[in-house]
Parts: sequence; C-alpha cells; structure tokens
Amino acid sequence: MKNMIKHGLAVVDSPYDESGRKRTVVEKLLLGLTPSQYLLQAFRNPFNWILAAIFAIGIPILLGRFVFGLAWATSGSNDYPWGLFLGFGLFAMVPLSSSGFQLGTACEIFGRHDLEPIERLALLNGLLGYFFAVVYLLADLGQPWRLPYPMVVSFGPAAVLFLVAWHVATYLSVQVAEVSTAFFEWIGFPAGKRGVRRITLGLTVSGIILSTLHQGALGALFTYAPGKVHPLWYSSSFQWLHFFVSSLPGGLCMVITVSTIASKFMGWRADRRFREKLDRCTVSLAKGACMGIATYITIKLIGIAHDNKWSYLDSGWGQWFMLEIILGFMLPLVLMTYGVHTRKVNIVRLGAFATVFGVVLNRVNTAIITFNWKLPEREIPPWREVVISLTIFAIYIVVYRFILYRLPILYKWRQQEEEVPVTETVTVPAAGRREASPVAVASYSNMTKLD
Amino acid sequence: MKRRNFLKACLIGGTTIAMGKTNKGWASGSFEGYPESMGVLVDTTRCIGCRSCEAACNKEQNLPEPDTSFDDKSVFEEPRRPTAKAYTVVNQYEKQKPGGPVYRKVQCNHCNEPACLTSCFVNAYTKTKEGAVIYNSKVCVGCRNCMIACPFNVPGYDYESVTNPVIKKCILCYDTRLKVGKPPACVEICPQEALTFGHRADLIKVAHERIRSNPDRYVDHVYGEKEVGGTSWLYLSGTEFDKIGFDPSLSNDPIISNVKDFLGMVPMVLSIWPALFSGIHLLSKHDAGSEGHDTESKEEDR
Ligand code: SF4
Ligand code: SF4
Ligand code: SF4
Repeated sequence: MKNMIKHGLAVVDSPYDESGRKRTVVEKLLLGLTPSQYLLQAFRNPFNWILAAIFAIGIPILLGRFVFGLAWATSGSNDYPWGLFLGFGLFAMVPLSSSGFQLGTACEIFGRHDLEPIERLALLNGLLGYFFAVVYLLADLGQPWRLPYPMVVSFGPAAVLFLVAWHVATYLSVQVAEVSTAFFEWIGFPAGKRGVRRITLGLTVSGIILSTLHQGALGALFTYAPGKVHPLWYSSSFQWLHFFVSSLPGGLCMVITVSTIASKFMGWRADRRFREKLDRCTVSLAKGACMGIATYITIKLIGIAHDNKWSYLDSGWGQWFMLEIILGFMLPLVLMTYGVHTRKVNIVRLGAFATVFGVVLNRVNTAIITFNWKLPEREIPPWREVVISLTIFAIYIVVYRFILYRLPILYKWRQQEEEVPVTETVTVPAAGRREASPVAVASYSNMTKLD
Repeated sequence: MKRRNFLKACLIGGTTIAMGKTNKGWASGSFEGYPESMGVLVDTTRCIGCRSCEAACNKEQNLPEPDTSFDDKSVFEEPRRPTAKAYTVVNQYEKQKPGGPVYRKVQCNHCNEPACLTSCFVNAYTKTKEGAVIYNSKVCVGCRNCMIACPFNVPGYDYESVTNPVIKKCILCYDTRLKVGKPPACVEICPQEALTFGHRADLIKVAHERIRSNPDRYVDHVYGEKEVGGTSWLYLSGTEFDKIGFDPSLSNDPIISNVKDFLGMVPMVLSIWPALFSGIHLLSKHDAGSEGHDTESKEEDR
C-alpha cells in the first residue's frame, strides 16, 4: 500500500473521490484501488504469505474439529477440561480487550479528550477481542450450537458462568454500538451515528459495569475449584479482584501494542492527528497502566499474605510464580515508569509488550499450567489444538487489519460539509495532500458540534 | 432524561438480580441437607476388588463395552477415574502394605450442595429429594465448567462424540431404581455387602456405630459426612483417608461458599457504578467549563 501511495494513489478518507463523485461501497472496500491493483498489493505483502500458510493448514483442521469432534482436536482429558482454547483464547483475550471500556470511561466520563485520537482504536480492540474470545469459546464448546441456551432455553442464574455469558453478550452489543459510529461514517449514515452518540454516556456506563463484573467473574470461575489451582495463583476472596485489576493494565498495554504495530505497518492509514498525538497518548495510557500494575502487585501480595502462602514461594511453582510477577509485571512497571519520566516512548512500548505477555502468562498459568497442580503429570496441548488456536488468532489479525484499513479508526472521516472545498488535483501525493488539507485536522470541538 | 431512564433500568436490574440470587441458593451457609435424602455407605474394609459393581453399573446404565473385561485385575495397576464410559471405577491402594491392598469404589458422591450444580450456567444438574444429583443432557452446552468445579473430579465428558458430547456421571440409578425405592444396581450386586443403601441420616449413625464397636478396624472419621457440606455417599476406612485417594484438604464448607465473595459484590457494582460514574461525568463536565484543573485536555482542545 505504501508504494502505491508513493505513486500518487489517493487514500480513501472521505465519501468522495478526487473528482468529487460519491464513492461506492465496493470502491471503499477496495480502498479506492481497482481490483487488480488491490490484488497486487495484497500479493506483494509478505505478511499475507505467512497468513496464507497458516490458513492453508489451519482452516482444514479448524473445520475438522467440528467434523471429528473435540477428542480429535484437543487433548480431550477429563482431568484438564480446559485447554488452550479457553486458557489462551478466552481467559487471555478478554483482559487484553478491557481497553474499550477504559478509554470510553476516560474520554466520555472523565472528559480526557486528549486521548480521543486513540479512543476508537481502543474501542475496536475491545470489540474484536471479545468477539474472538467467543469464537474460541465456540471452538471449545462441546455443543457450540447451544451457545444461546443460557440466554433463552435454560437459566442457571446462580452460576458465575451465567454472569459471564450474559455480560459478555450484552457487552458485545454495547461495543458493537460504540464502534458503529465509525461504521456509520464510513457507509455514510449520519443519522445512525447521531443516534449512537446520543446514548454514548449510557453505553459507556453500562460498559464499565459489565466489564467490572465479567472481568472479575472470569477470575471467580476458579473459586469453584479451591485446591485445584495452585495456591499462588488462587485466592478465594480476591480472585475476582486479581483478574479485574490485572485486566486494566492488560487492556491499556494491548492498545499501546496494537497502536505501535499499526503506526509502524499502517502509517499510511493513520492521519496526522493520530501520528502526532500517538506518543503523548501512549505516555498517558502507560501512566494508567503503571497505576494498574502497582495496584495489582500490591493486591497480589496482600492475597498471599492474607492466606499466609509465603512458604509456597520456596518451590518450583514459587519460582515460576516469581518469574511471572517479575517479568510480566515488575519489569514492565519499571520500564514504563522510567519511560514515562524520561519521555522515552519506545521504552514505554517495550514495557507495554511485557505487560501483555505478563497478563497472558497469568491467565494461561491459572487456567492450564497450574490447574490440577497436585496431579502427577502436566498436559501438553496436542499440535492440532495449537494449530487451531493459532489459526483463530490469525483470523483475528486479518479482521483487525481489514477494519483498520477501511473504517475511520486511525484517521478521521472527512465530513460532507467539509468536503466541498477539497478538490485538489490528483498529482499531489496523497499523504502530503491530506496533511495540507485544513479539514483533516478538525479539532475535537468541531467534531462534537458536528455530531 | 435518557440518563435517568438508564439509571433507573440499572437499579431495577441490579436489585432483581440481587434478590433472585438470594432466593436461589447461595444463602446456604448452614444448609443441613435434604431430610429424605438417601445415600450409600461404602465400607472400604470389606471391599475385595471384585469389580462386579462396575459391571452392574455398566449394564444398568447401558454403557459401552469396556476395553477389557470386568474380571481383568490388571486395571488396578494405575489409579483410574470415572469417565463417560464408566460411571464408577474401583481402585487399589496400599498394594505393598502387609494388611494387603485396599480397594475403593469411586463414583459421584452426590453432594448435598453440589459444586457441579451451582457452577452450571444452564442448570443442567438437579438435586432430587432422594439425594441423587442427576443431569439433563438436553441442555448441556459442553462448557465443562462442572468438571472444573467438582471437588472429587467426577464428571466425565464424552469427548469422542461429535454430535452429542455431554457430561456423564453416576446418577445413583435415579431413573431406573431410586425413583421407585429400589437400591442402586452396584449396591444390590455387591457380594461383600461393602455397600449399604439407606437414608443418609441412618447411614451416618450406622457408620459411627461401626467405628464405635470396632475402633481398631476403622479410622475415626466418616468421609462425606461433613466434607464440602456433606455427600450422599459416605466412606469408612481402615487406613488414613489420604492413603486411599481421598482429598483430606477439602473444607467442610460447600464449594459455593468460596464464590460468595464475588456473588455478593455483583449487586453492589450494579447499583453503585451507574450513579458513581454518571456523577463523575457531571463533575468533570463542570470542571471543563470553569477554569478547572484539566489543563491537559484544554491544551488539546485549543
Ligand atoms: S461429586 Fe462432583 S459431580 Fe457428584 S454431585 Fe458432587 S460436585 Fe457434582
Ligand atoms: S449408583 Fe447406579 S449409576 Fe451410580 S455407580 Fe452405582 S450403578 Fe452406577
Ligand atoms: S462389588 Fe462390592 S466388593 Fe466388589 S468391588 Fe464392588 S464394592 Fe467392592
């Protein structure tokens, strides 16, 4: 794509093309390229080759899982009922997707309008993360077609999983609504956007409630199994708090991670506002994440002290636990604090990667690795399970990229009214042109009036 | 206007859920079990490991053929657990001890407050008044949460099945026997009378009576009397219980009491959060209007 832009190709960021004609949906879908140009650029991208390789192997196996059953695809054991699909796909994806409600809260509730350039990315990150957590869940459920049962057929309202199911389902719809503003802009349906804007506060507050509850609930699921999860990862009174609090830095750092990757590989798709404000936003997010991590480490220690579990630290499990805490939480805390103080954004980013790693490791540890720690043997996931998990993750990346390329997430969709004076000649390189255009840098205050 | 409606909806939702919860059974701290509950007392000192209970269960529950016959003693080399194909298994312990091997039958213990039941989000499990914990495979989604929750690692899952993988476990022969007042198949067949069927309350008395009259034979503990809130299957043993595969670390509280901290927090969040955050929103709006502290955002807005 970068090359094409260099060769004078305009980037789609408004309903009209260079000649002032309204773009069709197909044109928008193809990013303003002709089909052959589109294929060419897709073909040139080496990352697509990797993806193609993953899909070539992974998709048949994913389908095979539904044809041949769980036993064929997973370790399918009675002692370890939850494997990678849930341990990684559900338990790790959900905390990494808490960004939606956090940035929603910061922007809409606390009035942190300076974070707005990154708000939509955070909302999208939330939506996709949850959505794919559900996809992983579908791959794991014995009877995926019965997923709606807790909603419509048979209720077990006293169960924590019931809360998780309902909250994730409602929260998914909240997030669809939140992200839909970008979609409505893109397809040109301002009435829809106005409608959603009007209920934004309601959506945001319900987002906070639902997130607090189901992030915590995921942790509370393990309180059904006292003694099965290793005591260092288990706390009957604080499990939900540990999960909830660690999801906060997890989500923020995931946004830092994604925005870093996006600005590196999709720079052409971001507008000037995003590119200029990104470092600042990153630092702000990192500040929040540092608070979260510090709190998390504290309550984790409180958890250990509360049940007096210090002696467990002096064992193999204890070392593994310390590794998780030090590499996944303390190191990033130091890195990010240092980075924030010295404004070394790349160090902040490094810390954010480490945090994402730490949160994933924590969930995988709780759900799989230390689960049933008293049993003599550990279960190693079979290769098909690994391949399917990878494939679903690759689909997640593809969908993420597909949306970032198109919807106004990293850039602002130029509105109709503002479009009129912008009739430049095609010869101006697109990237440069956008920066020169006065409308692209519309400030937030203009935005709100428009809405 | 909108906001107020929203708050109202939240509050109503919050309170209904909160009240629904309290009725539904997590106010169970001092729950004493079901008065009519039946049960089985297993006297492991009488068991000879003939495995006829396994065979009887297999027949009664129409389970698939086992891999090896029920006379095969080689299965005792490794401890086994109940699966979707075998609702009960007999394991051998203390093989090297002079007192000879000890055998113990394993199956669902039919807890008074089953963790499987309280963790199931489609309510597939039911505790009947006769004490059996049965399940409705028609609604099981296959999330396997009950397997995570069961403190005795009982429910087995039909991983092999493509079209109808569901949870399988001992149902105390509910459909075919318990309902009509007959003892379970495994109890009926036991040649050693190692299994005694009866009212749970009576069985507890019998168990303590056996310990009292034969203190050298038994450890002074009836496993299942109190563990995780009590179970319908009770065990007597001649060796320490942890030597024959029991988990001695289980608390006497039912599993659900571990989850109460969280469940109690739910209605709080539902009722406090809307007001709290809407309030903060109003405050921060006000701040931005005056010359508030929010300098960073002002700078950006310029
Ligand atoms: S032993 Fe396990 S499966 Fe049986 S009732 Fe108790 S919790 Fe449920
Ligand atoms: S009670 Fe019935 S189902 Fe349970 S182990 Fe005995 S025979 Fe099998
Ligand atoms: S039938 Fe009785 S003696 Fe034989 S293994 Fe079963 S419980 Fe033990």
